[in-house]
Amino acid sequence: MSFSFLEFLKSLVELTTGTYLRQVWGAKPWVDPTLDAIGVILVATFGLLIVLVLIWLERKVIARFQDRIGPNRVGGKYGLLQPVADALKLLTKEIITPSGADKWAYNLAPFLIVITALMMWAVMPFAPGVVGVDLNVGLFYVLAISSVSVVTVLLAGWGSNNKYALLGAFRAVAQMVSYEVPMILSLLIPIILARSMSSVDIVKAQTVPFAIVVPISALIFFISSLAEMGRTPFDLLEAESEIVAGFHIEYSGMKFAMFMLAEYISALFMSGLFTTVFLGGYRFFGLEMIKTASGFALGNLIGLIAFFVKMFVVFVVLVWIRGTLPRFRIDQMMDFNWKFLVPLSLALILVAALVDKALPVGVNDWTRAGVHLVSNVVVGAVTLEILRRNGRKQRTAHEEVRENADIETAAAH
Amino acid sequence: MISDWRFIAFFVVLAPLFPALPIGINLLLGPRKPNYIKQQIYECGVETVGDTWVQFKVQYYIYALIFVIFDIEAVFLFPIAAAYGQVGLFAVIEIALFIIILTAALAYAWGRGVLEWV
Repeated sequence: MSFSFLEFLKSLVELTTGTYLRQVWGAKPWVDPTLDAIGVILVATFGLLIVLVLIWLERKVIARFQDRIGPNRVGGKYGLLQPVADALKLLTKEIITPSGADKWAYNLAPFLIVITALMMWAVMPFAPGVVGVDLNVGLFYVLAISSVSVVTVLLAGWGSNNKYALLGAFRAVAQMVSYEVPMILSLLIPIILARSMSSVDIVKAQTVPFAIVVPISALIFFISSLAEMGRTPFDLLEAESEIVAGFHIEYSGMKFAMFMLAEYISALFMSGLFTTVFLGGYRFFGLEMIKTASGFALGNLIGLIAFFVKMFVVFVVLVWIRGTLPRFRIDQMMDFNWKFLVPLSLALILVAALVDKALPVGVNDWTRAGVHLVSNVVVGAVTLEILRRNGRKQRTAHEEVRENADIETAAAH
Repeated sequence: MISDWRFIAFFVVLAPLFPALPIGINLLLGPRKPNYIKQQIYECGVETVGDTWVQFKVQYYIYALIFVIFDIEAVFLFPIAAAYGQVGLFAVIEIALFIIILTAALAYAWGRGVLEWV
């Protein structure tokens, strides 16, 4: 088969360019590695360029939450070129290395943080058959790569030779390490339900989106992914008002931009992961599988659009949370994780595992979803009730202490 | 199976180019006039005093220890979760016991006051 431009365009729209090129080039040993290399470049470029959109979107949405207009000068009425202007400005700034910095750690951190943020995208399924690589350990790979970002934050904070940076890095490590536990535990439940760690298989298993099957686990995953990214209300690691931007305070120019870049890439990735694991990924009522009479895979496009719409809705929720909630204190943050999220997710996984085994083999998907939903919500409700009683007890104890103190002061007078 | 990992290998090789490109352009375009004042470490209103690289709080270490326990737990649970369709009732009870023992460990740490941020 020879190369035809029209066919190529068609495969481009169909998102099956890889399959098409494989047909054209035939079965030669260099074809698959080349396609892989093209795939890597496409995925990474997508990750870098989407950040321009994200920065504009976040600034515009957060401005509306704060009753402002947001960027409205550069690039027309809506300030569309604002992120480009920012990037160009940063490109012409001087890169300053602080005196006494640990050169290796200081210079390595901006590289590593972008690499890890980009590498997570390798297993993200964008549309049916459109995925960097469908690893059989997909979610495990994501968790492994995302843990590396903890190391890079510590490298940046330690290497900067700055006290604020070091404080920020300490906080970041404590936070990211802690919140990884509920994140991992809540990811285990979709894996049990889908019987696979591959991101593609998990999407395929979601006849009913897992956010409906196990809503409490979805919520736990969402909260702990907020903490993993270090976004509000868990932005203690950069807390402008306390430690002045934290671990990246001593970075300037493009090295600073790399940290912002990585932050946005991983924020979108986490939205995408939430979409994939809990909201059904590219699935859209079966429409993602349709083909036209001439064999044109229209469903791929529908799947792609569905995935992006879902992912951006989740991203806007992140921005919404940033516009609404204040920052935690560090002891509150640790307590919330270790005394609430971890025990709750342990209970949830135990219940989900037992319920799933108790169900007879070959039971209808909807029945299975219903039973899981009920057990999940019951565990959540019981936990809330325990917390409510505990809180009431603590409040009464607190009030008694205060009343006694009042009586003592009155007696002293 | 191995060819799946070729993609990741390519990613490891190619990904450094993506941060290297903008930083490289920045090095070409940006001015480079370092001086003593400019390179001083940022501090709040005063010159920085003492060593930055201090000992950190022991609390961080304790949380890290608990984290390691749970992370290793996750490593054990992931394969079982992925093969959940094939495991028998005996394995399920075993896993349930495993999780309960870990919960007991968390409860112990909690009771000993390890989880208080002081």
